[in-house]
Amino acid sequence: MSADLVGGVLGPSEPREGPPVALIDLLDRLLNGGAVLTGDLVLSIADVDLVHINLRAVIRSITGEEPAPW
Amino acid sequence: MSTRTDTPDGLPGPGGDQLTYVYAVGREGPALHGLAARLPGVDGRPLHAVGADGLCALVSLVPADTFSEQGLAAQMEDLARLETLARSHHAVVDAAFAETPVLPMRLATVYLDDARVAGMLVRRRGEFEDLLGRLEGHVELGMKVYADPRTADTPAPAAVASSGAGAGRAYLERRRATRRRDQDAYRAASDVVGRAAQLTQGVVASRVVHRPQEGQLASHSGVNVANEAYLVPRARTEELRRALTALADGVPGVSVEVTGPWAPYSFATAPPAEHPDGGEGR
Repeated sequence: MSADLVGGVLGPSEPREGPPVALIDLLDRLLNGGAVLTGDLVLSIADVDLVHINLRAVIRSITGEEPAPW
Repeated sequence: MSTRTDTPDGLPGPGGDQLTYVYAVGREGPALHGLAARLPGVDGRPLHAVGADGLCALVSLVPADTFSEQGLAAQMEDLARLETLARSHHAVVDAAFAETPVLPMRLATVYLDDARVAGMLVRRRGEFEDLLGRLEGHVELGMKVYADPRTADTPAPAAVASSGAGAGRAYLERRRATRRRDQDAYRAASDVVGRAAQLTQGVVASRVVHRPQEGQLASHSGVNVANEAYLVPRARTEELRRALTALADGVPGVSVEVTGPWAPYSFATAPPAEHPDGGEGR
């Protein structure tokens, strides 16, 4: 799903300004922020932390490949 | 309790082999229903609105196999897929936030069916109303401070003998100069972080500290020493953006990056009662 598509579909709404959102800024918010619900969530992912540990493992494994910048 | 569900035509009803993915919750009204009618959700599937007791969730149906625990884990291990999911989620939240106050959900918030989403809205109505009220009229700004010693002007190492004892001294001198430059840049970056705290005090309603960014996804050339989010009254967004950006003007080896306005992702994580001072370091 591209921002362009959404901008086009929105029609009357103003397209959002500025450069495209960086994935890392988005993941900061979508994996650490956002309302966390409990209760009738799909039982198998009720343990939100479990899912997010997997997610963070992905991010961290990427981190490990990066050489020190200085 | 009044419940209203606009299940899109041509799709199977809730339950069975589909689950309900929740993007955001706002107040019941034409804004969210209108968005649902014209925006796509994850994988281009149509959105619909689930309303209950004055609240409304933007949702779409997703396949049960790929959004079960195992399915989600597999999606999360594929960075390209994770990005697609994250951008789809954000596109919906961002479009909704542009029109009406909404509470963004965390990525991959999935219910068994629409009825369970409606039940959740009813049970947590008070909490949602409190959060929506607190966030209304505000946007989130992100601010990152980087130390990048290599961009600082460094005096050129003295040109001395290129061999023998002179070369050894020159090498040590260069090492010392580099270390001083690095220390200066980190000290200056720390100072900028402190001035950002002073600047935002009294302006922002709340502040959240994210982990500094690192790794391949962190494309900035410097080292991220602070990664913060502010809940800002909408009318003061541009003023604060300019002031924060200017903090690094004329400061060698330091840069500031301001992102947003965002929907208040960083401030939707917990009921206000658990955040008496409105912010929490992470």
